[in-house]
Amino acid sequence: MCSFLEWRDLKIVYKRYASLYFCCAIEDQDNELITLEIIHRYVELLDKYFGSVCELDIIFNFEKAYFILDEFLLGGEVQETSKKNVLKAIEQADLLQEPRHEYFNVPVY
Amino acid sequence: MPAVSKGDGMRGLAVFISDIRNCKSKEAEIKRINKELANIRSKFKGDKALDGYSKKKYVCKLLFIFLLGHDIDFGHMEAVNLLSSNKYTEKQIGYLFISVLVNSNSELIRLINNAIKNDLASRNPTFMCLALHCIANVGSREMGEAFAADIPRILVAGDSMDSVKQSAALCLLRLYKASPDLVPMGEWTARVVHLLNDQHMGVVTAAVSLITCLCKKNPDDFKTCISLAVSRLSRIVSSASTDLQDYTYYFVPAPWLSVKLLRLLQCYPPPEDAAVKGRLVECLETVLNKAQEPPKSKKVQHSNAKNAILFETISLIIHYDSEPNLLVRACNQLGQFLQHRETNLRYLALESMCTLASSEFSHEAVKTHIDTVINALKTERDVSVRQRAADLLYAMCDRSNAKQIVSEMLRYLETADYAIREEIVLKVAILAEKYAVDYSWYVDTILNLIRIAGDYVSEEVWYRVLQIVTNRDDVQGYAAKTVFEALQAPACHENMVKVGGYILGEFGNLIAGDPRSSPPVQFSLLHSKFHLCSVATRALLLSTYIKFINLFPETKATIQGVLRAGSQLRNADVELQQRAVEYLTLSSVASTDVLATVLEEMPPFPERESSILAKLKRKKGPGAASSLDDGRRDASSNDINGGVEPTPSTVSTPSPSADLLGLRAAPPPAAATAPASAGNLLVDVFSDGPAAQPSLGPTPEEAFLSELEPPAPESPMGLLADPAPASDPGPEDIGPPIPEADELLNKFVCKNNGVLFENQLLQIGVKSEFRQNLGRMYLFYGNKTSVQFQNFSPTVVHPGDLQTQLAVQTKRVAAQVDGGAQVQQVLNIECLRDFLTPPLLSLRFRYGGAPQSLTLKLPVTINKFFQPTEMAAQDFFQRWKQLSLPLQEAQKIFKANHPMDAEVTKAKLLGFGSALLDNVDPNPENFVGAGIIQTKALQVGCLLRLEPNAQAQMYRLTLRTSKEPVSRHLCELLAQQF
Repeated sequence: MCSFLEWRDLKIVYKRYASLYFCCAIEDQDNELITLEIIHRYVELLDKYFGSVCELDIIFNFEKAYFILDEFLLGGEVQETSKKNVLKAIEQADLLQEPRHEYFNVPVY
Repeated sequence: MPAVSKGDGMRGLAVFISDIRNCKSKEAEIKRINKELANIRSKFKGDKALDGYSKKKYVCKLLFIFLLGHDIDFGHMEAVNLLSSNKYTEKQIGYLFISVLVNSNSELIRLINNAIKNDLASRNPTFMCLALHCIANVGSREMGEAFAADIPRILVAGDSMDSVKQSAALCLLRLYKASPDLVPMGEWTARVVHLLNDQHMGVVTAAVSLITCLCKKNPDDFKTCISLAVSRLSRIVSSASTDLQDYTYYFVPAPWLSVKLLRLLQCYPPPEDAAVKGRLVECLETVLNKAQEPPKSKKVQHSNAKNAILFETISLIIHYDSEPNLLVRACNQLGQFLQHRETNLRYLALESMCTLASSEFSHEAVKTHIDTVINALKTERDVSVRQRAADLLYAMCDRSNAKQIVSEMLRYLETADYAIREEIVLKVAILAEKYAVDYSWYVDTILNLIRIAGDYVSEEVWYRVLQIVTNRDDVQGYAAKTVFEALQAPACHENMVKVGGYILGEFGNLIAGDPRSSPPVQFSLLHSKFHLCSVATRALLLSTYIKFINLFPETKATIQGVLRAGSQLRNADVELQQRAVEYLTLSSVASTDVLATVLEEMPPFPERESSILAKLKRKKGPGAASSLDDGRRDASSNDINGGVEPTPSTVSTPSPSADLLGLRAAPPPAAATAPASAGNLLVDVFSDGPAAQPSLGPTPEEAFLSELEPPAPESPMGLLADPAPASDPGPEDIGPPIPEADELLNKFVCKNNGVLFENQLLQIGVKSEFRQNLGRMYLFYGNKTSVQFQNFSPTVVHPGDLQTQLAVQTKRVAAQVDGGAQVQQVLNIECLRDFLTPPLLSLRFRYGGAPQSLTLKLPVTINKFFQPTEMAAQDFFQRWKQLSLPLQEAQKIFKANHPMDAEVTKAKLLGFGSALLDNVDPNPENFVGAGIIQTKALQVGCLLRLEPNAQAQMYRLTLRTSKEPVSRHLCELLAQQF
């Protein structure tokens, strides 16, 4: 099957990983094949960050999926394609994370 | 693996997500969510101040609920509070919430912008990036106003971190796309271009997107980027597959950056500098060469990345359209992909070839792949790919392969997906018409379309075949024979019945000689379909029947029987009932001559661009529902009708009379006029006896034919008056009528509908009707170009005394006429007293910036207000004698300008408006007419006599009226018609 679908005046480029479909909507002159690889690179980034990423990682850490996406794509354009550089940025942010024990005694509502 | 934990310990969130996932039903999920929402609400409203952690957790829960598809209408304030937290994760979640649930509350925006401002000023790159991401994700005008001026500074500052530069570039791009006016151009733009040289590939990758967008808007200001982009591209393309380290993707060096650079270059024509151009051509050749090398990896990512660059390279080659060598190489490369086992590559190859087919250098090369493309159409399993194949066949079609392509597309139509059938039908119809060498093939093709996909054959398509058959007499006999045969099928599509009914009604006589298709056989064949058809089709068939009565008098009794049947005369549908009543009366009241005139063969339609093409453009064009396209739609419905159709709704609303209204420019009367007045006009026809209503009289055929000849570019008639001086003249300043204005006016003395004027820019069609001293005229202004006319203003001017003689009320029309569109103007006319000079129609507009003006004579002449009068011979002679004062008579003896045909003369006199009186003149060759000119102030009785002398090829025309100037004027007007 072809990975491109025409939808209104956009094209949907999609790829399936296990039970998840990743879709991008692109404009007429955008490059379809490189968009497929945008999807793949994003999945690689998730995989590297979570270590063998699965659907549950994305559900339970949806905010992280957003943060990684923001490092990789911004305003609809590729910002940084180097896997190392993207993950470095995320890891640096994680280092700013407050140590967990701070919250140990905070009750859950 | 990251050194610290990925989740930051929001256990409550994890518990909540688990709960949701464990819900057994949708109801349970909603219940759980509502419980959570109530809890969060109470926490937010509670007296106890929440700590940052709790706020973050609840905001995150709200976000999750939102992502599940529920509306979230609170929590924004808590999220905004998080923005100013000194704990990074709290700030991060705050920004995420703001980015995903954008809110337009102005108080919130002020607070958000404040927090962003602080973070941008913090000099902490991580915080700065968070703020920039938020601006880029929201991209609102308010954020543009607040930050568009600051971000360029961050982007080019020497001390900005690379990651900050990257975010700043794309953030600025987003703001520039949303509100370009807010981004100040300045010294920074030159420095942005030099980011193409930056050492950091990520910075270049981000910056190219911004530069491309800036180039599109201000190409001249950014020209320097061409050589920088070429050298960057050259360095990437020639680098070894490992040189770029982490920017190499599956052995392909920097594919994203390469694609972006190639796209940037497509903003410009080929480089002027020979060295730069040479270097670029080298790059393009390298990419084409690499495509032939064996792959460095079997992974699909490798081939995708490599081919992404290849396709972008081909796009650039097609964009330049100047290097025949590269174009042919590109075409050959795409040819290889046409048979590739990857569906995606076949799809893209078909798509790229479509653009290549329109280049003169590669059109022939594309054509060599026809068999592969046809095969794709037949065998591809994916509908997207088949659609592309159909598009490419359409694009590569020319005279040499049209028959093959059309027959393949017809075959494909039988199994095509429903969603694309209509488009295929339109394409086949266009190709068949465009490349028809013999029109019998065209007729066969369209009938096949109806047979195979009748439901998808729109009105435009079957209207068009009727127009072409009507205009080409060499195909009429064949068309009649073919539809007759097609109708033999026990089950044929209703569109076939429509086309068949119309064609047999016009040209059935051409096949009536054959006993197998004798008139009774034709009639019973059509009538056997009648009862299964919709109201619109039955209405059309009734018109065919009345035409049969004229064509085949022997069918009259049968057809009258059908019309008289209770199922027609008392039909619940008003249109059918009216037609049955009117046609029945017409057939019994009117003399054979009148019948022959009223039901004469349709005159040819004015030639113009196929409206099918317009329809296809509409289907394909983006935003097909825009108002511009709606305008086109109306225009095209008028096209079909020869530009003389007053109701623009004929196509869009399937009113029962739509089809006939659309097709019949003149007879039968009821069908040709606007519904409101239809009845009245008919009453006139009958109450005045057998004479036809003057305004709807027949149209001399040669007049129509002469209009059909497209004006040759060099002929003075086809040219607009020279462009007016640079400044638009004032509205009072009306130029003189164009030299041929009188000639154009003369064409409309005996007819009311047709093309008034035409040149390369525009066409003006007229349709008018007159009753008593009143008239209504529809002017149709068609823009023949693809460029919009601006300041379009047609005005009607009354020279001299005319103001007191004729009142013309005009409706304003839109000041813009889009390319290919048509606008309609309605004129209400009242004749106050007799007049001699016609009003002027003055037209001004701007075309491509140049002012144009044009003055024509409006085809309103005194004879339009003629009321035909029947009278016996003795009455006529008595009145003739009464008008014997020398000044009451005007006479002209003149040479015939047209062949002297009694039928044509009769038609012209009827069209002129007078009644024709038989058995008055002792010489049967002579014509005698009578009528009354109706004005508001007075009535002028007119008598006329026309004596042809065939031997001398001369006429003598005598007019007698009660007013001397009227006699002379009518005499002059009429004398020019013969």
